[in-house]
Amino acid sequence: MRRNRRLTAAAVAVAAISVVATACTGSAENVSKDDPNANTTINFWHGWAQPNEVKAINENVARFEKAHPNIKVNVVGNINDDKLNQALRSGGSKGPDVVSSFTTSNIGKFCSSGAFADLKPFIEKSKLDLEKTFPKVMLDYTQFEGKRCALPLLADAYGLYYNKDAFAKAGIKEAPKTYSELLKAAKALTKTKGDGFEQLGFMPAFHGYETTTEHYLGSWGPQYFDASGKSQVAKDPAFADMFTTQKKLVDELGGLQKLEKFRNTFGDEFGAKHPFHTGQVAMQLDGEWRLGMAKDAKVPFGIGVAPMPVPDDKVADYGKGYLSGTVMGIAPQSKKQNAAWELVKFMTTDTKAVVEFSNAIHNVPSTFEALKSPELKIEPEFKTFIDIAQNPKSNTAAGAVNGATYLNTIQDFGYQYEKGTEKDLKAGLEKLAQQIDTDIAKAK
Amino acid sequence: MTTNTLRTKRRKSALRTAAFMSPWLIGFAVFFAYPLISTLYFSFTKYDGFGAPVFNGFDNWKYVFENYPNFWPAMRNTLWLVVVMVFCRVVFGLGIGLLITKIKTGTGIFRTLFYLPYLAPPVAATLGFVFLLNPGTGPVNAILGDLGLPTPDWFTDPAFSKPALTILAVWGIGDLMVIFMAALLDVPKEQYEAAELDGASAWQRFRFVTLPNISPIVMFAVVTGVIQAMQYYTQPLVAGKVASGIIGNSGQQVEPGFPDKSTLTLPQLVYNLGFQRFDYGSAAVAALVLFVLAMAFTALLMRRRGGLLQAGD
Repeated sequence: MRRNRRLTAAAVAVAAISVVATACTGSAENVSKDDPNANTTINFWHGWAQPNEVKAINENVARFEKAHPNIKVNVVGNINDDKLNQALRSGGSKGPDVVSSFTTSNIGKFCSSGAFADLKPFIEKSKLDLEKTFPKVMLDYTQFEGKRCALPLLADAYGLYYNKDAFAKAGIKEAPKTYSELLKAAKALTKTKGDGFEQLGFMPAFHGYETTTEHYLGSWGPQYFDASGKSQVAKDPAFADMFTTQKKLVDELGGLQKLEKFRNTFGDEFGAKHPFHTGQVAMQLDGEWRLGMAKDAKVPFGIGVAPMPVPDDKVADYGKGYLSGTVMGIAPQSKKQNAAWELVKFMTTDTKAVVEFSNAIHNVPSTFEALKSPELKIEPEFKTFIDIAQNPKSNTAAGAVNGATYLNTIQDFGYQYEKGTEKDLKAGLEKLAQQIDTDIAKAK
Repeated sequence: MTTNTLRTKRRKSALRTAAFMSPWLIGFAVFFAYPLISTLYFSFTKYDGFGAPVFNGFDNWKYVFENYPNFWPAMRNTLWLVVVMVFCRVVFGLGIGLLITKIKTGTGIFRTLFYLPYLAPPVAATLGFVFLLNPGTGPVNAILGDLGLPTPDWFTDPAFSKPALTILAVWGIGDLMVIFMAALLDVPKEQYEAAELDGASAWQRFRFVTLPNISPIVMFAVVTGVIQAMQYYTQPLVAGKVASGIIGNSGQQVEPGFPDKSTLTLPQLVYNLGFQRFDYGSAAVAALVLFVLAMAFTALLMRRRGGLLQAGD
């Protein structure tokens, strides 16, 4: 009898703990009925951290507050996705109402988990015609499986930066258009010094800042998943071709060990001592923001910008590139979603706001109206990125229910392959596809 | 005295005892028992922080042990650190403690010099070591190169990344040095004098006089060292990120373990699974593995026979 009582007590305790644990969890189904015309204060969390970027976003918010005097905005910067995700799960009155993320590949996780609220009711209420407002790629990377949980706020286009002076000295007339031309130019630009380099033509290693698997693959535009959501890394020949091409670059430019040793002499990616600024590398795969950073660093050479080269058998595709950008949404826990929507709508669709923000932080505008605005300050080099952003073959990584995890898995494989640890590419890619499928099945 | 009065007295006494113990009992229940039971419960559920947890049997356990590619490398690294790093820290801590108790002048200066690194914040200390051991620009390899010695790639070479972390850990042995010094100064001098009269060598005096006297402190150092090694998170994460060149700007999610997962530890998996992937169930599995390992190591070390405790301790 006593034993039964104890068992009952234990069961009650476990059940109570379960209930408490469940009660502590957030709910993604809150629907706000706040009045957007009432006086209110909303919290906006973003990831920008550089002083010029923070200044620009604060100016943008000030423009919004002037247009909507009843809504005050508390701005919190330097928020990465880890912090953002944790805050969205915690909720609370000090949590964010409006959120943004630089990681477009996390959109699958944001939309499917309910971390970002569904924007459909707000878009319908505002009668916003998305197809007429945003380029298609940007619309694609702000929704997942038909659920639109974000809108694009400026875009990032990736291209090839080159040192015009180094090109002239090496007798190279124009930017390489194919990967064979890239290798040839990189070799011509490389100057060795002892067992290292005085100048490296191109840093091909996957740890070379923006030379990630994801960004290289922009030149191929592969199909990441089939219609049933299965990974295509072993089936789409673009993946094998990219890994083979990158490995060839690594091997022919000195081998990974020598390149890694040289990489260890590089300054910070987002600082003035970036290897492209210092002349340590003559060509660099990078986003459009590098242009402003290089100019701010007052580099003593001419800066050339071109689209990334394409595979040798796809010369006709030259001009396309990898695209990503900031995504902006509304926290599902917010009790002020209607006011939050006003800020999202203003920052993502108001032409003047988009253009001025773009001019300030050297990002690509994300609306058709802003792209053709006469107020957009387009330097000749920057025009290349505008063209990449509008190229119909430009692409981005597919969304997945586990966000960027599958891209990290591909990147991990890349490290093994460039190093030579993974020798059998075909077998390695099959194993990689299995791993991606397993991780996605686990996240579903 | 009647039976009822006796029972009432006993009950009152028990209540009084419980009242005095209540701060500990509450702390134990809230900060240990509840989190442990919750972790066990979550390890059998699918839960991403939204909605309610859903029971999914052994799916998380199967995933972590069979399909999560980071688990076994992290397990191997953690065990390597538990064995090698803890051993090195205890040996060097004891060695430095012995040296400082023997020297006649400047004890205070040396004590301060060896203790100071322990006060350095882990992130700053790790950044400093990544700079010092940078294979391209670091002064350590420049000196080794000038001396004609091999110049390892340290934090960028999977074979040297854990030894580099061990050097960093040994550099900060100030805490152990102080504890060992206190223990060493507490060993009765008469025992050394008797051993010397018996003709014992320096090694024999250390082996048969010093070591038995300080064995509880050695055990304390090993057990706390093992637990610290199990919780080793900041240093390998910072070293891996900085050496990889991918510090992670505001939007990036960086998977830890550079180079080649050689600096991946079990606590990093808990963070990666729980707070980057938001797979709380699998994170709970990794946390429970850590808990069981820590308990097993502690039990092993505290055995009366074959452990570090002497029969009389």
